[in-house]
Amino acid sequence: MNDMTPTREQREAKLEGMGCKRKRVEDIRFTQGKGNYVDDLKLPGMLHGDFVRSPHAHARVKSINSEEALKVPGVLAVITAETLKTVNLAWMPTLAGDVQMVLADGKVLFQNQEVAFVVATDRYAADDGINKVVVEYEPLPVVIDPFKAMDPDAPVLREDPAGKTSGAHGPRKHHNHVFEWTIGDKDLTDAAFKKADVTIKEMLSYHRTHPSPLETCQCVCSFDKIRGELSIWGTFQAPHVIRTVVALIAKIPEHKIHVISPDIGGGFGNKVGAYPGYICAAVASIVTGKPVKWVEDRIENLTATSFARDYHMTTEIAATKEGKVTGLRVHVLADHGAFDACADPSKWPAGFFNIVTGSYDFPTAHVAVDGIYTNKAPGGVAYRCSFRVTEAAYCIERGMDILAQKLGMDPAELRLKNFIKPEQFPYHSALGWEYDSGDYHTAMKKMMESVDYAGLRKEQAAQREAFKRGETREIMGLGVSFFTEIVGAGPSKNCDILGIAMFDSCEIRMHPTGAGIARVGSKSQGQGHETTWAQIIATEIGIPADDIMVEEGNTDTAPYGLGTYGSRSTPVAGAAIAMAARKIKAKAQMIAAYKLEVHEGDLEWDIDGFRVKGLPEKTMSMKDICWAAYNSVPPGMEPGLEAVSYYDPPNMTYPFGAYICVMNIDVDTGVYRIRRFYALDDCGTRINPMIIEGQVHGGLTEAFAIAMGQEIRYDDEGNVVTGSFMDFFMPTAVETPHWETDFTVTPSPHHPIGAKGVGESPNVGGVPAFSNAVNDAFSFLGSTHIQMPHDYWRNWRAAKELGVFAA
Amino acid sequence: MAKTHVTMKVNGAEVEGLVEPRTLLVHFIRENLLLTGTHIGCETTHCGACTVDIDGMSVKSCTMFAVQAQGSDITTIEGIANADGSLSALQEGFRMMHGLQCGFCTPGMILRAQRLLQENPSPTEAEIRMGISGNFCRCTGYQNIVKAIQYAAAKINGVQFQEAAE
Repeated sequence: MNDMTPTREQREAKLEGMGCKRKRVEDIRFTQGKGNYVDDLKLPGMLHGDFVRSPHAHARVKSINSEEALKVPGVLAVITAETLKTVNLAWMPTLAGDVQMVLADGKVLFQNQEVAFVVATDRYAADDGINKVVVEYEPLPVVIDPFKAMDPDAPVLREDPAGKTSGAHGPRKHHNHVFEWTIGDKDLTDAAFKKADVTIKEMLSYHRTHPSPLETCQCVCSFDKIRGELSIWGTFQAPHVIRTVVALIAKIPEHKIHVISPDIGGGFGNKVGAYPGYICAAVASIVTGKPVKWVEDRIENLTATSFARDYHMTTEIAATKEGKVTGLRVHVLADHGAFDACADPSKWPAGFFNIVTGSYDFPTAHVAVDGIYTNKAPGGVAYRCSFRVTEAAYCIERGMDILAQKLGMDPAELRLKNFIKPEQFPYHSALGWEYDSGDYHTAMKKMMESVDYAGLRKEQAAQREAFKRGETREIMGLGVSFFTEIVGAGPSKNCDILGIAMFDSCEIRMHPTGAGIARVGSKSQGQGHETTWAQIIATEIGIPADDIMVEEGNTDTAPYGLGTYGSRSTPVAGAAIAMAARKIKAKAQMIAAYKLEVHEGDLEWDIDGFRVKGLPEKTMSMKDICWAAYNSVPPGMEPGLEAVSYYDPPNMTYPFGAYICVMNIDVDTGVYRIRRFYALDDCGTRINPMIIEGQVHGGLTEAFAIAMGQEIRYDDEGNVVTGSFMDFFMPTAVETPHWETDFTVTPSPHHPIGAKGVGESPNVGGVPAFSNAVNDAFSFLGSTHIQMPHDYWRNWRAAKELGVFAA
Repeated sequence: MAKTHVTMKVNGAEVEGLVEPRTLLVHFIRENLLLTGTHIGCETTHCGACTVDIDGMSVKSCTMFAVQAQGSDITTIEGIANADGSLSALQEGFRMMHGLQCGFCTPGMILRAQRLLQENPSPTEAEIRMGISGNFCRCTGYQNIVKAIQYAAAKINGVQFQEAAE
């Protein structure tokens, strides 16, 4: 061995494999303005389409007159529901088993609903055309308050399912009822409540909000009449599913549809579903024979393409007087707006809300969810969330704090007392899940030590005394949150979208010189897959990550995958990548054995190649094996070195974390000050700690926004009053707190590399931490629960209602 | 609609074009000049994705008409790299400090940061946060963007970058 021989550490470092803070390959293009987003695409002869939208929340459409619009220079076509009916596309199926109007068919059901699609030579001409389309409306009574939707005399919103007593998810109880979904043992749970020493009951509302990625939803559709092929470039988090949906509803053979997701400017769940803009652009391209671009503006994005949450959760917990929980009962009123367009796995109308028992050992629980229609935008997307897991985490984490308050116990102590213990994993929850792994006590204690929890509580006690003495007008709150998520949808036994099992996939092809390409069924929207997927492969097969190109989003070249949302990419696609890499490695081992003239079993893996056991100088690097794969494979073996894996996960993964928010609130102004926010995450094996930390920062910022002010709010007439960035709270660098991050590592036992999802954890765990901090601050003044969002005005109002301004 | 002839300097080159008086500058930059690094996020001057540098000021190009930019000197993200094509200190800082994720806000953010560092070559963290408060980022939570700008400031000033302790 001479001095030039790299050490083991150097060889390992060169790979930039798992655990390395590898700098992102995407950044080279993004920092130079060379990303390739949908709106950057400009095809010859491309037209622009834009919508005429309803000013009313509920109205009958008496007539649509396009005559004047068609006279506007540049306007080529005005598409209405009548046009779409000729190709049977006036309505489209939603992922949740409902149907949705593509364009207003006889009536409109929410403000800014799509009424007509104007196609013109450019976006300005399209706008001119919109202004000339005359629509005659007859306003109808509006239902905005979800608690009034099922009044016996409530106006009938959806007329299409009239007389249907059952929907996609069972019986309907009322003309504005979508579904009822129940799970758990009702009798056992009712019995637990009868026997309980202590119970709490509180209606916890998780308000309507919106994912609002910085790039809105958009697409370019181009139909080639000669070939009969439709190409769609779009902001799709799940491009393969979009292609299948288009094939099913447009009756174009699937191999003649090319769906491409280029770079995506953030998704957060907003870009999972199918929207009327996609359908209209495709139809417009077929009608005009030209490519058609549709780009929604921000107001359209906030008011029409989906929303998140709007869950109203009546939460009850039963416990012993010592603080041991004995039962959980939750009833949810789920406001789906005009159409149930949730993007959940098809059999789960309330997503994975049954993770609501959280991190605690509840012997029994029962959940009932009633989905209802109102005159609001359709959707119910999972905004940085694995299908209603954020709602569930908020429900249980607020519930535990309310129980602690009633028991006079410390909220952290109550949690420690009720955690599922490490030896109970795999743990079967009362609502049917099998938690794969966890060590909650260690995580919680690490959080408490890191922030000096006991010291903070002492400081809070002193602050409260000072407040009572009139020495300060600030109150202090500690918001503890300990969440367990369920991510990685999912096993084919319980997860599908429109009948397609929720597997994911990877194809790796190694080239002769030792570089390769990996194509994956997931689709990054900023998560950095091009960087991290190569790291998994680097560690698995010993080829430097820099020598692996990762490609996603082109349905013609990538293997079929279900896309990126619900923190499923690492649990499912990440596993497929590791499994495909292991197939490569297995074939490589056979080639190496042949070349080194030993039995396969005589070889052992060593960082970047194989070596003969006991003869460390007899080695063959993976790079050399790649070359050999193209010229000297063992007799009978096919040449080449590539592999495909379709991975059907045996279980979900269950990341968890311990968060705490320290907040002061000035009661006279309602102004809050986030003094400290500490987030400990356990996502199992960590592939790229830099990217994990970035995901946590971003998710916490979204949680901060949601908890402290971000809301899609309607007035009684159904007008959206937070429809632009003027009113919809988007935190800037000034408001956003400083984030402290930490971690523990409890690998997933069933995942090939032990990894769990993480992108959504900070949103799931963050919201209850903020809300608990506000509620904890006010609790000593006699408050039990204050609804989100906790903006300055609502804080001030809460203080006023609690009598702190009394003379 | 009648079109107007406009000329301006963009990234050091003289450019011209015919635009409607109502054409937004951002559309002229993206669709006429094909410089698509400047993005559109809101069209209401809130998000800053369309930020460019015009005559020494950060400007949101979605709220200015192309005709208003007649004769001006504009820099977009495509004109930011060093003369030899290598990444500028800010571009490098954003990569090194993981100051971007989806990349959609990044061009506007870098343009704003570049002007900020010319206005204030050694900003404090609070000054950086205030200085970029016209630019939204939905992915990073800003913490690493602040670090990226601190990294660039240190590099430009020729001092060692000390990453703030957590």
